[in-house]
Formats: sequence, structure tokens, C-alpha cells
Amino acid sequence: MSLIEATAITKTFGRLRALDGFSVSMAAGRSFSLIGPNGSGKTTLIKCLLGTVIPDSGTLTLDGRSLLGDPALRARIGYMPQIGRYPDNMRVGQLFDMLQEIRRGTSARRDEELKDAFEIGKIAHKPMRTLSGGTRQRVSACVAFLFDPDVLVLDEPTAGLDPVSVEILKEKVKAEQRKGKLILLTSHILSDLDEITTDVIFIMEGRLRFSRPIDELRAESGEDKLGKLVARLMRDPGAISP
Amino acid sequence: MIPRIVKYVLHDILRSRIAIGYTLFLFVAATGLFNIGGDVNKGLVSILSVVLMLVPLMSLVFATIHFYNSYEFIELLSSQPLRRTTILLGEYVGVAAALGMGFLVGVGLPIVLYDRSATGLHIVGVGLLLTFVFVAIAFLGAVCTRDKARGMGVALLLWFFFAIIFDCLVLYVLFRFQDYPLEKATIGMVALNPIDLARIIVLLRMDASALMGQTGAIMQEFLGSALGIGYSVGVLLLWIAVPLALALRVFRKKDL
Repeated sequence: MSLIEATAITKTFGRLRALDGFSVSMAAGRSFSLIGPNGSGKTTLIKCLLGTVIPDSGTLTLDGRSLLGDPALRARIGYMPQIGRYPDNMRVGQLFDMLQEIRRGTSARRDEELKDAFEIGKIAHKPMRTLSGGTRQRVSACVAFLFDPDVLVLDEPTAGLDPVSVEILKEKVKAEQRKGKLILLTSHILSDLDEITTDVIFIMEGRLRFSRPIDELRAESGEDKLGKLVARLMRDPGAISP
Repeated sequence: MIPRIVKYVLHDILRSRIAIGYTLFLFVAATGLFNIGGDVNKGLVSILSVVLMLVPLMSLVFATIHFYNSYEFIELLSSQPLRRTTILLGEYVGVAAALGMGFLVGVGLPIVLYDRSATGLHIVGVGLLLTFVFVAIAFLGAVCTRDKARGMGVALLLWFFFAIIFDCLVLYVLFRFQDYPLEKATIGMVALNPIDLARIIVLLRMDASALMGQTGAIMQEFLGSALGIGYSVGVLLLWIAVPLALALRVFRKKDL
């Protein structure tokens, strides 16, 4: 039973067709790596899921309900951006207060495990502008997991994080996936993702090339490392049957 | 939901150096102008000139910069269970309130200290209205322009148009067609420039016909002071509502 279902999504920016009839279905309890060359439509797809980009045509559903035009449904999606930027003078603690206030009156669960692991409490009084890039990424990660969402969208989650934080984050992602969450990841540092990926979605020129379990791909291609496999795919997209 | 966002936007801006600098500058300028002339009325006229130039400029530039700097934050908010309308209105009210508070302290406080006349309060009133108008116009410009540099260009151009070019155009039209009865057309033309409307409100109140210029004099002649002020305030409110409504329309469908 798929949790997220995208059907024939098309999005053009001027002459550029970022997504061209893209369809995919993603099941709960699995962790998808979204992979494709630069400019293949990965970010556009993620933004459509989050509601920051509105597709020209096609449908996008979460649990059978359309994600286009119902902001309340976004409460079930947690998002960690590639570069988190926040108001300069806002303190770390205030960011979490604000997000909390936005959900006030809803039955949002809370998950502060990552916040504790990253020791966010210690920097709660610091203004956002004083944080280093890596610390900011840790804050972004905590924001994504904060309300125990059913879907986690992590865009380049390991970029800029130190090795200890990467391990903490990976453990958290694995744990959430085992709990039945749907994870959608993108990353350029592919070796980082190997162990937390169960499925690979390969996108090229705005179209789905394939969406398959990683074990199958490994067996079929004889490549053990996801990185090598992907490099091969990008050079020769026909190497793996869709 | 909107106040919850306003609170944090406001909190962020009130701590920014630019907002504090703006407040201090207005305060020093207003206090200085009251002290130089010795005559409180002269001071008020000078303050009015400063307000009419500086408030639109600051509102346009600050709101535009703020919008572009908040882009990723707005993106984050839009990935939360929030309507786009809520996000933009939250940002608008936050910026407008912050600049309005800066103006109240910077100009309102000296006026209360030195003057306390009805004219002074009118200046405070139009200053606030101009702030709300030009923040709305800045938001409309910013949601329509993706590129920050171009957005800034649009903001400066708008200021240049409303503060300088528009008056030249009106003068040109009045001069060119002076043989025709243009009174009603003039009242219509004034409605197209919020800065003119603000100036006329105060000058009608002061009854300073020498300073009113052609448009103000016509307004007084045809509408009388009270009706003229009512008309101008009404049109200024439209100048807040219309750009804001257009900005919301664009923003609801915008790809972030």
C-alpha cells in the first residue's frame, strides 16, 4: 500500500521541463534515495511534495488525499532543507517555540530525541546568525523530526555535518524507518546513504527511470556500492532495466 | 494564526541594526528640526518634508530587502501546515508594524514632546499610513520579481517615480492643458500618488495654502478641507489594500 502517490506530474519553468510526466509510488516503512544527474528534477519533485512549487498538471496524494492545495496535510511531512536559513536575530529556542505555536490546537505529537542528541538546549539562547553551517544543519534536522511526521524529506542531510552528527542522524533515520515512516533522501555523498537506503528512485530529464529496491539493483548489476552503481547509470542509463 | 507569525517577524526586525538606525535617525532629525527654527510650525513643515521623502524610501527598501532575506524562512514556513495567505500577511504585518513603531518613536515622540497640535498628529497619522502603503507596494514588487538585485531596482524606481517624477508629470499636464478645466482630473491624478495624498492631508489641515501647490489648492476649493482629508485618507487605505491583495494573489500561486 503506497503512502505517497505521484501521477504524471509535469512542471515547466519557462522553456525548461523540470518534471515531465513523472510518476512514482512510495510505500511507508521504506527509505527512498532520490538520485539523478544535476538538473534532473530532484529538487522540483521535493518542492512539489512540500507545496513550495505548484505542478502544472498531475496529481500528488498522501494517503489518498491530494497534497495540492491542502496545507493541513503538510503537518504529516517533516522537511530538512539543503541550506537552512533563518531570521538573523531569531534565537534557536524561538524557532522551536514558533513552530510549536503554529501547531498549537492540533494534535501534533512531539519527538525531541534528536534535539536532545544534538544538545540543542545548550544553544537555545544563541541568535541564528551566529551559528556555524553545521550547527544550523543540526537545527534543521531537529525541525524535520520535531512533530513525529509520517513522511521525512531530507535534502542533502549529511552535507556540512561532522561525522559524529552524521552517525546520530543516520541512526535516527533508521529507527524512524523501522517504525514505519517513509523517508525520502537526496544526497551527493552517496556512500553516506548506502546503509539507510532501501529503495532507489532514479530520475532523469524529469522522468522516472526506475524505482527499485536496492538489493535487487545490487544483485542485478554486481555493484556493491551505491555510488559506483549510480555513476554507471548516469553514463549509461540503459544499464538497468526499468 | 497570523499573529503567531507576526510576533516572531516583529521580534526579529526590532533587533536589526537598520531598524534601530532608522528610528534614531528620525528622532535626531525631528528633534533637530524643532530646535533649529525656533518656530514650532516651521519645524512641522520641515518634518513633513522629511517624512514624505524618507518614509516611502525606507519602507520600500527595507521591506524589499527583508522579503528577499527571508526567502528561505518563508520557504520553511510554507512547508509547515500554513496557508500561503497566512504567511504573507504575517510577514506584511510584521514588517509594517516594525517600521511603524520605529516611526512612532522617531517622529511621534518628538512631536508629542514639542508640539502636540492637531497638525502634528496628522503628520504622525500620514507617516504611519505611508509606511503601510509602501510596505504593501514593496511586497507586491518583491513577490513579482525573483531576482534580488532586480527587486531592489524596482523598489528604488518606484520611489523615484512617486517622490519625484510623478509631480513633474502632473505639473507638465496642468501647464500644457492650462486652458482647459482640469480640476476634477487633477483630483483624480492626485489619487494616483500616495505621497501627494499624504502631503495634501497635512496641508489641508494646516490651511497653508501657500504650500499646498496647485493640486492641494484645487482640492481645497472643490472638496473643502474636511472632505478633502476624508477623500485622501480613503484613497490611501485603498493604496494599502489593493497592492496587498495583488501581492497575495501572486504569492498564492508562486513557486518558491
